[in-house]
Amino acid sequence: MEKNAGFMKALKCRECGREYPLTATHVCEFDFGPLEVVYDYNRIKQSLIRPVIQSRPQTMWRYRELLPVAGEPTVGFQVGFTPLIKADRLARRLGVRELWVKNDTVNYPSLSFKDRVVSVALSRARELGFTTVACASTGNLANSVAANAAAAGLKAYVFIPADLEQGKVVNSLVYGAEVIGIKGHYDEVNRLCAEIAGKYGWAFVNVNMRPYYAEGSKSMGFEIIEQLGWRVPQHTVVPMASGSLLTKVQKSYQEFTKLGLAPETTYHVHGAQATGCAPISTAQKAGLDFFKPVKPNTIAKSLAIGTPADGFYALKVMKETGGAADDVTDDEVREGIRWLAECEGIFAETAGGVTVGVAKKLIVSGRIPANDSVVLCVTGNGLKTLDAVVGQVGRTREIKPSLREFEALLAHEDRVTA
Amino acid sequence: MPKKVRIPTPLRKLTNNEELVEVNAATIGEAIAELQRRFPGIQERLLDDTGAVRRFVNVYVNQEDIRFLQNQQTPVKDGDEISIIPAIAGG
Ligand SMILES: Cc1ncc(COP(=O)(O)O)c(C=O)c1O
Ligand SMILES: [Zn+2]
Repeated sequence: MEKNAGFMKALKCRECGREYPLTATHVCEFDFGPLEVVYDYNRIKQSLIRPVIQSRPQTMWRYRELLPVAGEPTVGFQVGFTPLIKADRLARRLGVRELWVKNDTVNYPSLSFKDRVVSVALSRARELGFTTVACASTGNLANSVAANAAAAGLKAYVFIPADLEQGKVVNSLVYGAEVIGIKGHYDEVNRLCAEIAGKYGWAFVNVNMRPYYAEGSKSMGFEIIEQLGWRVPQHTVVPMASGSLLTKVQKSYQEFTKLGLAPETTYHVHGAQATGCAPISTAQKAGLDFFKPVKPNTIAKSLAIGTPADGFYALKVMKETGGAADDVTDDEVREGIRWLAECEGIFAETAGGVTVGVAKKLIVSGRIPANDSVVLCVTGNGLKTLDAVVGQVGRTREIKPSLREFEALLAHEDRVTA
Repeated sequence: MPKKVRIPTPLRKLTNNEELVEVNAATIGEAIAELQRRFPGIQERLLDDTGAVRRFVNVYVNQEDIRFLQNQQTPVKDGDEISIIPAIAGG
């Protein structure tokens, strides 16, 4: 192990508490529990204070003491600090007093929140001496690994289900990554990658690098707090695939509160899934603390994980924070995408439609009271999932380049709308 | 012809680094018991105090999760391949 581990102390099993050195390893040998990074919060408290954070560049790395790299980041140092938008028009349509959209559709460089986890995983992979990186992905992670690896001069292998949207596939190929399409759904990709990761000496960002990778998601929560004026929002709605992002958003709120960067307050973290792949939401609604795996069938392919590795902890976070989960049909996903676009000018991918659709359900049912304040985590860009909405969001009317035809078209429209 | 069990990296210390182990069991439950007889200690890694498969352990027969089959009662035939795989994070 390196002598200098930055602000990290060790890896620790979330199940039994056994500690492990800060290497590329992800599960406890005794119970397969996930390993998590332990930090030296006493030291962090001395350097991570508001004026210091505010003096740093506007990227996720302004919170670097709480991100698991030993030295300075070397990959993706421009990632993060995406806009937090006050979404008044969408708030009116959803029927809630105060609404914010954390807009990771414009995250740098690959247009999803995955750049957060990947910049951490690849920076750490380099520190540990890896030159080849890899991932199992539902699409966005593959895009991000491919892009960030290219910029860092690392070799990348990305494994995806073979039937992904073309936008997601091209967005991995263009960077020169080795793209392997697996004939099966994501859980099968995952299973294969677990076996591959055991055989080859690669940094698999969501397998052997998982403890580092997952921590990158906290930066989304840190930014939300800072951008809200150093306060934790009453309600946060988070899309769930494996459930990792949701658990890390809560962790970010806990850490900022513990470090005195945000005042103690009550908050609720809610989870969103698509009905065609809703193992976590189904369990939450049934009051269970474990989920049953499912076989995914939804247009929200980025969230199509039927055996969610962090499902157990996501359920725990919702229970602890008084949060709820729900799920929406493919039509409701498309409606969510349209509403966000029409009201706020933000084009999100299917996961964003899931988040908006579930927020609507939680507001209508009173699980989010109409008088409260809500942040929606919108995590990926709509240009990557055109297949899901093509032909369903209006259509172009074609005319000859003739003023008469245009006027006829308008006149017809007046008759229709009158 | 026996059934093959793929041993994941975290458990190979117990199997003298063997990656592929053969068993004669007729069900997953029996296969775990048989592994335990040959590699003492392996059962407690896979099963919790109540005898259920631990929540972060996924067991597959020919690539199908046993939770879609009959859990530990899932039968295994000659030539079947059993994989034991830790849950992995999102994508
Ligand atoms: C756009 C988008 N949002 C959310 C998620 C959920 O991530 P997690 O697996 O951390 O729950 C993913 C995962 O792939 C994603 O691609
Ligand atoms: Zn453990």
